[in-house]
Formats: sequence, C-alpha cells, structure tokens
Amino acid sequence: MAYFDYTSAKPVDERVLEAMLPYMTESFGNPSSVHSYGFKAREAVQEAREKVAKLVNGGGGTVVFTSGATEANNLAIIGYAMRNARKGKHILVSAVEHMSVINPAKFLQKQGFEVEYIPVGKYGEVDVSFIDQKLRDDTILVSVQHANNEIGTIQPVEEISEVLAGKAALHIDATASVGQIEVDVEKIGADMLTISSNDIYGPKGVGALWIRKEAKLQPVILGGGQENGLRSGSENVPSIVGFGKAAEITAMEWREEAERLRRLRDRIIDNVLKIEESYLNGHPEKRLPNNVNVRFSYIEGESIVLSLDMAGIQASTGSACSSKTLQPSHVLMACGLKHEEAHGTLLLTLGRYNTDEDVDRLLEVLPGVIERLRSMSPLYRR
Amino acid sequence: MYSDKVFDHFQNPRNVGKIEDADGVGTVGNPVCGDLMTIYIKVKDNRIEDIKFQTFGCAAAIATSSMATEMAKGKTIEEALKITRDAVAEALGGLPKQKMHCSNLAADALRRAIVDYFRKNGKIDKIKELGLEKELEKMEKGEMDDHGEYCEA
Repeated sequence: MAYFDYTSAKPVDERVLEAMLPYMTESFGNPSSVHSYGFKAREAVQEAREKVAKLVNGGGGTVVFTSGATEANNLAIIGYAMRNARKGKHILVSAVEHMSVINPAKFLQKQGFEVEYIPVGKYGEVDVSFIDQKLRDDTILVSVQHANNEIGTIQPVEEISEVLAGKAALHIDATASVGQIEVDVEKIGADMLTISSNDIYGPKGVGALWIRKEAKLQPVILGGGQENGLRSGSENVPSIVGFGKAAEITAMEWREEAERLRRLRDRIIDNVLKIEESYLNGHPEKRLPNNVNVRFSYIEGESIVLSLDMAGIQASTGSACSSKTLQPSHVLMACGLKHEEAHGTLLLTLGRYNTDEDVDRLLEVLPGVIERLRSMSPLYRR
Repeated sequence: MYSDKVFDHFQNPRNVGKIEDADGVGTVGNPVCGDLMTIYIKVKDNRIEDIKFQTFGCAAAIATSSMATEMAKGKTIEEALKITRDAVAEALGGLPKQKMHCSNLAADALRRAIVDYFRKNGKIDKIKELGLEKELEKMEKGEMDDHGEYCEA
C-alpha cells in the first residue's frame, strides 16, 4: 500500500497512543473532581495545554481544547463576532477557507453581519491589497488560513497582520500548516489560531483554538463552564493527552520531516508533470512540503482515484463527482479554474510514513492509469 | 459506495472504443458537469450487431456505459429501446443515489444512437412510430445535456 491521503486522515503515532492509553483505564478521572483522580486528570490536561501552546509559541495566550479544528473555527468566527458585535459587524474571510470557516461566516451573514470574501490569485494566494482596501472602522475580524489544505498554497499571513495593524482581530486556521512549516503566533501576529490534533498524528476528535489574552470570545457550546467557560463539556482527557504528546513530537521533529517530505513531493511533481497535458494546481514555490495537486485534461478525478486504489495507492480529488454536493472544490473555483478543469484533479498528500518506494510505486502506476482513462474518453483525440 | 459489479465494469469495461463507420452515433452529457458519453452502433437486419462507447466521467459513468452496451449487443432496435436508466443501474447491482441522475446516461446515449441511425437512413417514420421525436428534436438543436437540473455549471 502507498498512502497519499494524509490530509484526509493520518494514523496516530505509536508514541501518542502509548501516552493516551493510561488515561482510558486507570487514570480516567474528571478534571473537575476534587479528589486525586480529578487532580491527576487536570494536571494531564494542563500539561497538554502547555505542549500545544509551546508548539505555536503561544505563551501570550491560552489554548482552548475543542472537538476538532471545525469546532475551533466555529468558536473563532462565531464566538469572536458575537462577543465583539458592538464594535462592528464587518468581517473579511478568504474565498479559499475551509468550509468550517465559510459556513460560520455565512451563518453570521444571516444574523446581520456583513461578510466580504477576499479573492485569491491563480495560485490561490490571498489578495492582501483587497484587505487593505476593504478595512473599515467597523471591521472586527479577518480570517485567513495559514496554508490551504487542498492546493498547499502558503498565505502571506505576516503581510496581512501588518496591514491590519491591530485594527481588527486576525484568525489564522493553521490546520494544514502546523507540522509542515513554522507556525509562530507572534511572528504571524495572530489573535486566534486553529490547530488540529489528527493533522499532527494525534487522535481524531480533538483540536484547539489558541486565543491571545486580549481577545474576548463568547462560547458557542454552553454547559458546565469547562475550558475557562469557552468550551463546556467534560474534557476528553485521553485525546487531549494524545494531542499534547503529538505536539511535543511535532515540535522536535517537524523540520527534519518537512525536509524529507519536500524532497518526495518534488520528485512526484517533477515526474508527474512529464505526463502530457498535466498541470500543477496551487503555488509552485510557496507550497506546503506535503502537498501535490495536479490536474489532467480529458479525464475525471474520481476515476483516477479509484483506479489508483485498485493498484494499492490512496489519493484524493477535487472533482465534483466525488463530493457529497456534486459541486467541484470551491478552492479550485476560486483560483479561476473552469469546471471541466477542476474535474481532472488529483490530490496527493504525503506524511510521516511515506517512503521513496511509495513514490516509486506511484510513478510506476499513474501514467498508465491516466493513459487508460484517456483512451476511453471521447474528449481525448490523438 | 459502489457495488462489485460497478467496480468490475469500471476496471474491465466491455466494448470500449469507437466504430469508425458506425451506422448511428449518440452523445449525451456535458464535460462541464463531469460526464460525457458517446455510443456507436452498427445495425444489421434491425439488430445491433456491434456497439462501442467512449466515456469521460466517474466510475459510475464508465460502468453504466459498459453495462448498457453489454445489454444492447445483439438486441433488435425495439428491444434495445426498452433498456432504461433504471434497468442499467439494476443490472449493476444498484448505484449510489446521487449518481443515478448525473452519471447514468448510457441508456439515453443509446436512444440517441438509434435515432441517429434512423435519421441517417431516412427512416423518420420509425422515429415517430417508436416515440423518439423528443430525442430527435434535442439532437437537431445540438442539446447535449440531459441532466441539467443536477449540473449548475
């Protein structure tokens, strides 16, 4: 098997699993309890909180654990806007954000907020001058991802925070970038930053929103007031511990891993683009080290992905035919691709356990798959 | 997601290709929507003697094309016209719900190939007799997309 779909799901690192297991059985306490089981659980959550904060140089704020990056994004967008609505109701969100940012922004529009979508260039890079032009006295929040999960384009987030100069809060969705490139909330100038556990080989179902001390939010999940009132619900202690361990490992190993993946990535891109009428989606240089996104004319992505799977290679596509809504990827559309171009998209995302042999296998199989599907296509004439 | 039969027909599609001197050619779909298929037929003594297809699209689009050509091969024109989208889907052991309309176009492409055969051979009366005027009208207008409601492009 050669797995190239790390952005969809990653395995839990064995070291992470080992750290989690005691908290499933013997150390099962509730951090809110006033006895030794509770103390132990509370301490473990606190330790994980510090590890996650440290990974993003987050000493100037706090980490709030959530059920994942989707909930963290919801908390950042809805929680911040609701709490700060008196200051203004104008919000800027990039057109290539994850749906867990775009749909909360749409929800706010229905609540009377004014949301504008920041356009992107052909490589998916956010137009910073648009933010500069649109920034108003009543702009309270700007949300831009650090890097795009589909096309891998790294956004000019430092430039954006310079343009904002503290006039509006800056939320950065760093789900795709943490563990791939340097993520430092101080260098970025972020006020809120979303981190996912599974994206750094921690368990699924847990994530975090880092929040700068000065930023005030309203919770979106109400209850017993856990996580400093910002996220009620008894803490998912084993997963939070695993997330902390994953953050600790990532902090130590990411640079070396990114270098290794960048080399594998470039090998794939260089060779795949030798296939005729194939094109790279996303930025050629400002790109996540684990991301390959290419498109092939005359064929459709779901067919490519299923053909690869039959040969033991797992990948993904931005084709409409593979989505629940039968709509092509909004990211590819925002980059200005036509529907028929977006259909032939293949997304390969690399990770910790990929080897040169995996890449060999991919490069051996892929040209034949493309050729076979093209030979069936009425659009392909040779 | 897909049945074993769909996988089989996707992996080993029957009757792929083009018939250069086809008696009838039918195309439906739209590359913008992600599915486009062309069916070619050779007709002898009112029977579909040979049939081939070319398809751009997802696994369901390729598998339905393959299955529809299998079902039509050797049939009389009248029998071939009884092949419906539902019959093709059923023969494949079912299709995912969202794929029923957008990818399951082969039966329509086959009908168009038959209309084209009648048209080319001056058998306009057969088109009327078999109730295929609607297909002919669309083909004359050059309308390719039979699944517009599912394709917002």
